[in-house]
Amino acid sequence: MATLLEVKDLRTQFETSAGTVRAVDGVSYTVEEGETVGIVGESGCGKSVGALSVLRLIPDPPGRVVGGSIHFRGEDLLAMSDEKLHSVRGGQIAMVFQEPMTSLNPVLTIGLQLCETMEFHLKLTPEQARLRAVELLGMVGISEPERRLDQYPHHLSGGMRQRVMIALAVSCKPKLIIADEPTTALDVTIQAQILELMKNLTKRFGVALVVITHNLGVVARYADRVNVMYAGRIVESGTAADIYHRPMHPYTLGLLRSVPRMDRPRGEKLIPIDGQPPDLTREIVGCAYRPRCSFATERCAREDPALEAVGHGHRSACFEKDRLAQLLKVAS
Amino acid sequence: MSAAPLLQVKNLKMHFPVTEGVMVRKVVATVKAVDDVSFSLQPGETLGLVGESGCGKTTTGRCILQLEKPTAGEIIFEGEDLAKLDRKGLVAKRARMQVIFQDPYSSLNPRMKVGSIIGEPMKVHGILPDRKQRQERVAELLSVCGLNPKFMDRYPHEMSGGQRQRVGIARALALNPQFIVCDEAVSALDVSIQAQVINLLEDLRDKFNLSYLFIAHDLSVVRHLCHRVAVMYLGKLVELADSDELFEHPKHPYTKALLEAVPIPDPTIEKGRVHRIMQGEVPSPMNPPSGCVFHPRCPIAVDSCKREVPQSRELRPGHWVACPRV
Repeated sequence: MATLLEVKDLRTQFETSAGTVRAVDGVSYTVEEGETVGIVGESGCGKSVGALSVLRLIPDPPGRVVGGSIHFRGEDLLAMSDEKLHSVRGGQIAMVFQEPMTSLNPVLTIGLQLCETMEFHLKLTPEQARLRAVELLGMVGISEPERRLDQYPHHLSGGMRQRVMIALAVSCKPKLIIADEPTTALDVTIQAQILELMKNLTKRFGVALVVITHNLGVVARYADRVNVMYAGRIVESGTAADIYHRPMHPYTLGLLRSVPRMDRPRGEKLIPIDGQPPDLTREIVGCAYRPRCSFATERCAREDPALEAVGHGHRSACFEKDRLAQLLKVAS
Repeated sequence: MSAAPLLQVKNLKMHFPVTEGVMVRKVVATVKAVDDVSFSLQPGETLGLVGESGCGKTTTGRCILQLEKPTAGEIIFEGEDLAKLDRKGLVAKRARMQVIFQDPYSSLNPRMKVGSIIGEPMKVHGILPDRKQRQERVAELLSVCGLNPKFMDRYPHEMSGGQRQRVGIARALALNPQFIVCDEAVSALDVSIQAQVINLLEDLRDKFNLSYLFIAHDLSVVRHLCHRVAVMYLGKLVELADSDELFEHPKHPYTKALLEAVPIPDPTIEKGRVHRIMQGEVPSPMNPPSGCVFHPRCPIAVDSCKREVPQSRELRPGHWVACPRV
């Protein structure tokens, strides 16, 4: 498999009245063709900002990508002309947002929004575009696609709107889809429908998928590889099995222990992570997770751990990873 | 548990009229938000109420708290029918039942300091009229909820979501209630903070022998926290059982589909699971399907399901299911 997307040392900051927020602070990862990468982390860890930065969708001001590079099929998206970027955005890289209510234009019909995109990127005639739009809506499981084309977003339910968003995302035959919390606003049975649909479509067309979510279950079900983010950085990355069965960062372990599981009996105590995520307007010296970490040593307060290989394709940013691994071995 | 139930909900119905017209309001339809729901709650017990958006779980909670006037049915709390109480009686009862809301951002008054937010219920109910005593009690409540008593002088906007939710919990505890409705009380919180608040709710339950009606859509949290679980669909109670029983041996086809849809944070287990996806969406409660409201999406529905409203029956002791086909 060839590398489709390569993000290197990405830094995105926001200027606020409270100071500069380092929302993304040196993030590097790759996405191979056709694979599904999950990016997990809690609110404010920079997972969405990181994804929006890839498509240069960060509102400037207040936000700005201040460093790093983002190569998509060999070309740097950050250095690309606006015109060229327009052809990539929505064409080769598509995006699915969390809120299907706000990400579709409420005053345009579904058909217009679908056809406009295809006429622009695929250079289809209006007739061709309409035919393909009907086909796409059928494909994402919307009944009576022809009638739906002339409806407005408010005529559809949340699940249906998200199906339209997915139709829109795959309409121009993208190589990569970035989905930012695609099912967070939906009910659990609809969430399952939408995720299954995305999985089937990406497999069928060989599209790579980056799923950004706070839901560890969704990642376990769908992702091939996982990046765990904390305070603007990736603290651990690896295959889903690495992350869930052999976590090598105390934060990953903390997340896994604090999430209640439906397959575990009642009464099992959760082990929460003490404290709160750091304030990103302040400069962080040493490891950002240190104040909440039970493995922290003096070194963690002074030095900043780099993301280092701990196994094949498995990386962790922790000085005490060996002690952690030892402890988990003894525990099991 | 065979003691007298703390709370009994009997054939609760809450129908909302849908009106049309500005000058002359005409009722064109009714939404049966809650339709013939019955359950009971023992002292110290936590009952989970689960279901998808619009299934009537929040309305059920609001009816119990008398924030809505039910269309029909009885709500018996500590032996008294709440609908039959006069204003004074109801106020007294209300001190015994409290609520924790979902959104820690909109459920605290942004212009009040934390100390006044927690102290206000005591003031309203005339408990601890002495200002100093009240302050001491607020400090105590804050520390019980894992917050520094100094937070008393802060405003909600100076606190994080998790801290605010702790303030909401402290306010609910202010009057020493017996029963708390937790309406999606941990849904808005991040995983690591959510675990802190879940543990707090558990500790408080044990410490004060509280009963919770835990309304939530997150089934993993419900499994973790609840002794018994009731599943709602389109205003109807479809299944009610002991928590472990419900999660290990679900009987109603809707409960089964709901449980299968929840992803488990373990890739090995997920690989081994069958992902049968329930098709379709929840129909409009304004125009619910005839017979069993679940029949259009049900994999085991037969013709009679379109006509006959299923009655709840006890399959095993304590396990109630409203489906004749299981």
